[in-house]
Amino acid sequence: MLSYIFRRLLGVIPVMLVVGVFVFSLLHLAPGDPAAIIAGDNATAESIARIRANLGLDRPLLEQFFSWGWSTLRGDLGASMFFNIPVTTLVQQRMGATISLAVTTMLVAVTIAITLGVLAAWKAGSLLDRAVMGLAVTGFSVPVFVVGYILVYFVALKWRWLPVQGYVPMADGFWPWLRHLILPSFALGLAYVALIARITRASMLEVLAEDYIRTASAKGVATVPMLLRHALKNAAVPIITVIGIGIALLISGVVITESVFNIPGIGRLVVDAISRRDYPIIQGVMIIFAGVYVLINLTIDIMYSFIDPRIRYS
Amino acid sequence: MVQENLSTRGKAADFIRRNPTIVVGATLLMLIALAALFAPLIARDPIAFEPINRLKGPSAEFWLGTDSLGRDVYARMVYGARVSLLVGLAVASISIVTGALVGLLAGYFSRVDAVVMRLMDGIMAIPSILLAIALVALLGASVKVVIIAIAIPEIPRVARLVRAVVLSVRDLPFVEAARSNGTRVGKLLRRHILPSTVAPLIVQATYICASAILTEAGLSFLGAGTPPEFPTWGNMIASSRLYLQLAPWTIFAPGICLALVVLAVNLVGDGLRDRLDPRISRRM
Repeated sequence: MLSYIFRRLLGVIPVMLVVGVFVFSLLHLAPGDPAAIIAGDNATAESIARIRANLGLDRPLLEQFFSWGWSTLRGDLGASMFFNIPVTTLVQQRMGATISLAVTTMLVAVTIAITLGVLAAWKAGSLLDRAVMGLAVTGFSVPVFVVGYILVYFVALKWRWLPVQGYVPMADGFWPWLRHLILPSFALGLAYVALIARITRASMLEVLAEDYIRTASAKGVATVPMLLRHALKNAAVPIITVIGIGIALLISGVVITESVFNIPGIGRLVVDAISRRDYPIIQGVMIIFAGVYVLINLTIDIMYSFIDPRIRYS
Repeated sequence: MVQENLSTRGKAADFIRRNPTIVVGATLLMLIALAALFAPLIARDPIAFEPINRLKGPSAEFWLGTDSLGRDVYARMVYGARVSLLVGLAVASISIVTGALVGLLAGYFSRVDAVVMRLMDGIMAIPSILLAIALVALLGASVKVVIIAIAIPEIPRVARLVRAVVLSVRDLPFVEAARSNGTRVGKLLRRHILPSTVAPLIVQATYICASAILTEAGLSFLGAGTPPEFPTWGNMIASSRLYLQLAPWTIFAPGICLALVVLAVNLVGDGLRDRLDPRISRRM
């Protein structure tokens, strides 16, 4: 077990190295002087020179990469050129909003999706099943911002049930915090519900066709324990895989959702950095999100080996 | 002659009955593609603005109303289809061709495999929308940059798929036979291995096309996509977001259009998957 976890951890190194090289070289791939690109169209010669010295762009490329890589490893992502504040500080200030959004979305989506998927598989071929599958195809086709504005229009503007936009930290009260997150997490969660419900249904159908399920129901196991304890537990591996795959989807969605609902999170930080060409922010957030993605997938890989011990040895 | 006619008609009816999703999706796509192609004939100038007509509701003159600058929402929507379809098709072709090449080489030559697949894992770890944002911020907003930026993160997914297929057929008897006959590697890959990857690739292409259309809309919405002069569904929604309460049609019209196109592409993809790969189609 330990050696499996260790091997998995070692595998993270080359992946993050590739991410690092990629993110670093982006700035140098662009034609022309990177300092001039960052400075923008109306830059003076001094401001270009200052940016160049600031980012160390006047040193040899390899030296730049190693010094950048070393400081990134120590958790120093450079300073924003607009705010003149370290990127890590900016990210910490805005992390709360983004994590809140991601976690509520995950909870909402996984709960709804697994319930729908299990019900659809149990009543395969029924009207309910067709409705769930229809929702799955549609949910995957409607972009976050369209769902978002439809929800805002009806729920917030017409019926006035929930706030239109904004974010309140949990420290200012649980209910205000939750109220502001309901619409965003449903908007962002829809695609996720579609993805997970679909795989839950497929995986459950396969398990429900197995002999031991027939044995269990012949022995008189009640429906709910049979679906949950006997079937869902054994259908879990593909479902967890898809939840992991969906993390990438979720990260991209967070960036857009924060813009729709005006949530001051890491996504907004990046989007605002585009027009200011605040490159250290873009670079830093890319590294952080990639790291989160790799870590979550690593956790899922390790979780498998607990659920299904056969995986450890292959 | 008459009988032959009947049988082709019968075949067509049979195809529709067996593949309703492909037919519905393809018809919808065809209609939208035709509208995009003949945009100048069926819609007025999408850029001309008449401030006197701003935020007018749907009417006989402006079928879907006007936006905050008095531009015709219907015309902008029809022209917006051009960018979406172009990006979808271009991203799908670029990532399929590049990804297939990488996957073939990685699957067949085990020496290339380890290095290339680690590289692919790394690219996959970077969230696609951030990569696209960074590229657009550096290279400037243009349709070409957007296409490349969206295509890059799709390449590893295609490469993984093709590699898996290659690994599964590489040592089958018919490939072994061709190899022992002295077939050159290039021909072996092209004639004997590539054909097995075609069916999953076609299905994959439709899904990439759908997700590329969504990503492009997302980028335009964030202001990191095609330059704002071009009407796209994403930037139509972004520029109207302040008028949601006053003029909801300016957001709902392009939004519904976007969802319909992606739905149509996904339906074709699901239908093709059921036909081409019966193994996974089983009641999924």
